[in-house]
Amino acid sequence: MSKPRIAFFDFTSCEGCQLNKLNLENDLLSLLELVDIVEFREAMDDTADTYDVAFIEGSISTPTCVKRIYDIRRRAKVLVSLGSCAVLGGVNAMKNLHPADWVQEAVYGEDKYLFPSMPVQPVSAYVKVDYEIRGCPMSTPEFLHVLKSIVLGRKPEIFDHAVCVECKLHENECVLDKGMFCLGPVSRAGCEAVCPENGQYCTGCRGLVSNANIAGAVGMLKRHGFSEQEARKKLQMYSSLNKLINEAECRHA
Amino acid sequence: MRKDLNIDVHHLTRVEGHGNIVVNMKNGVLQKAELDIVEAPRFFEAMLKGRNFMEVAIITSRICGICSLGHQIASLKATEKALGLEVSGQTKILRRILTDGATFQSNTLHALFLAAPDFLEVGSVFPLVNTHKDVVLAALRLKRLANDIGDVISGRAIHPIRCVPGGFTMLPGEKELKVLQERLKTEGMTDIRFIVDVIASLADKIPSFNRETEYISLTSEEEYALYDGVICSSDTGTYPVEKYLEITNEFVVAHSSSKHARFNRSSYMVGALARFNNNHQQLHPFAGEVAKKLGLSAPCFNPYMNTVAQLVEVAHCIENSIMLMDRLLSDGIRFEKPNQTPAQYGRGIAATEVPRGILFHDYTYNRQGNIVKANCIIPTGQNLENIDDDMKKLVPEIIDESKEEITHKLEMLVRSYDPCISCSVHMLDVEFIEE
Repeated sequence: MSKPRIAFFDFTSCEGCQLNKLNLENDLLSLLELVDIVEFREAMDDTADTYDVAFIEGSISTPTCVKRIYDIRRRAKVLVSLGSCAVLGGVNAMKNLHPADWVQEAVYGEDKYLFPSMPVQPVSAYVKVDYEIRGCPMSTPEFLHVLKSIVLGRKPEIFDHAVCVECKLHENECVLDKGMFCLGPVSRAGCEAVCPENGQYCTGCRGLVSNANIAGAVGMLKRHGFSEQEARKKLQMYSSLNKLINEAECRHA
Repeated sequence: MRKDLNIDVHHLTRVEGHGNIVVNMKNGVLQKAELDIVEAPRFFEAMLKGRNFMEVAIITSRICGICSLGHQIASLKATEKALGLEVSGQTKILRRILTDGATFQSNTLHALFLAAPDFLEVGSVFPLVNTHKDVVLAALRLKRLANDIGDVISGRAIHPIRCVPGGFTMLPGEKELKVLQERLKTEGMTDIRFIVDVIASLADKIPSFNRETEYISLTSEEEYALYDGVICSSDTGTYPVEKYLEITNEFVVAHSSSKHARFNRSSYMVGALARFNNNHQQLHPFAGEVAKKLGLSAPCFNPYMNTVAQLVEVAHCIENSIMLMDRLLSDGIRFEKPNQTPAQYGRGIAATEVPRGILFHDYTYNRQGNIVKANCIIPTGQNLENIDDDMKKLVPEIIDESKEEITHKLEMLVRSYDPCISCSVHMLDVEFIEE
């Protein structure tokens, strides 16, 4: 069997997820024995016509992005979105919270018409996405897990439990009990609770679990002394496009 | 002699972000030689509005995956100035080590993985795995080591976790710091010596091209300025960081979603070569030796030598972080609660050197500690006008070479600046237009 031909593409993002792949230092050479990297603009000159697996980093935010993502989907057997910008819209989507005109003007002033921009959307808003790798940045072990699964022809495991579960398994003191804010109870895990592990609160970079009880989470945060407004604002850092948050807003209005 | 030339490189490879090179010459007159920045705008300044000071560095880190640490450092410093938060000597040393680690990592990535394939005439680092395995392995080890500095001190090299306003959420253990320092002394020094010998043997692959420009960087009396300092222009001397708007003078051009900048001349250069030209006397001795071996001496007006200056800085950062770790270990690492109680509200302006050059963050906070105004000026944006000026001088000088050779030299030129386009739009294509 010939090696799968894989490719990497970047859209609106910080390219930190791609960079994290180059940070596979120890495993990069064994990875290259498993697959052929046929297109990866950030690291190589070559391009290809078709791909067995296309990894997409970044969100869709300009008319050019839309054209490119349709084109890549047509030429890819499997399409994987990589990182929070591609899966959720990520931090980029926060600009959708402000009037478009104000956003453009805040950065470019009266020259705002030179650079068209649209509301930020995840990749799945435009094309079929076969698998998702979440995280800001994505974690390299998870990337390797998904890639290995695809190469072996089986479905990668999907994480849909709260960060609290992994945090408890790591025997961390509860972040909320320490008096800090935390989105762990409603945020999707798979990160090994890396932020609480390092003394930070969970910012929900992997989005929400699929059945998140937002009203309950907001109520709990209020009991820990945080305002509803603050809770909502922090939920919006990565998940501003999630309908659950918007519905919860209606109930509390 | 060639009279007409059109070059159009769409989405230049081996750079961070999206840019095109466009060159158009008609009847011997150069009509266009520019780098078009076509990266999608991100609008970070808008995203920051209304955010609390505790969240700001988490968001600004996401401007760029490569310089995420630098964006955090500049962001934290600006926030601390605005809110009057003093940080300890220990915090400053830890942040300096992180800055050395991030410069070491990013310079290694660019010089050895993105630029080096040009010197060896291949399209990427991947074919080198078969032809130059020992070099690739040494380069990978160096990159891992640099990332380990970030992992040990900030919890994660990309989008660091432990750096917060007022200090750190967690500190490295003395034991892991000692292990890291020992690896820098042995494996780090061995690998960089080996790599420098390899690159020295390829020195004739670096195009000879000279254009004197204005070089702008931080400078400090205490050290080779990376973490902190005052603004230094090679033309007119030093300025306080607060005067940054008078230095950068940003302007919008239609061919770039990133703004351009200029000061005393039509353009200026920032980055490793600018730092080397302004501050070379303060390099550690081994870095000085590396510069000599690689044929770099100040002042150097060849922008292609920026890649070489980056390697000199790798040597410097290894030496400097070993020295700073000595200082930490001899004082002993003490737990300190981050100082997060604002003493004031208002405006804070900070600058730090990131791998690609001088970076400015400028925030204004209201009495609730939320951002009312934010401005970030990114190094790649400051270099764009200088790149255009270089191309306008370079193209007529090499016009009799083949179109492929001209294109290749233009691509190498832009790449030597190590542009970080995602950053700059908060960019790169080469377009030659043939008629």
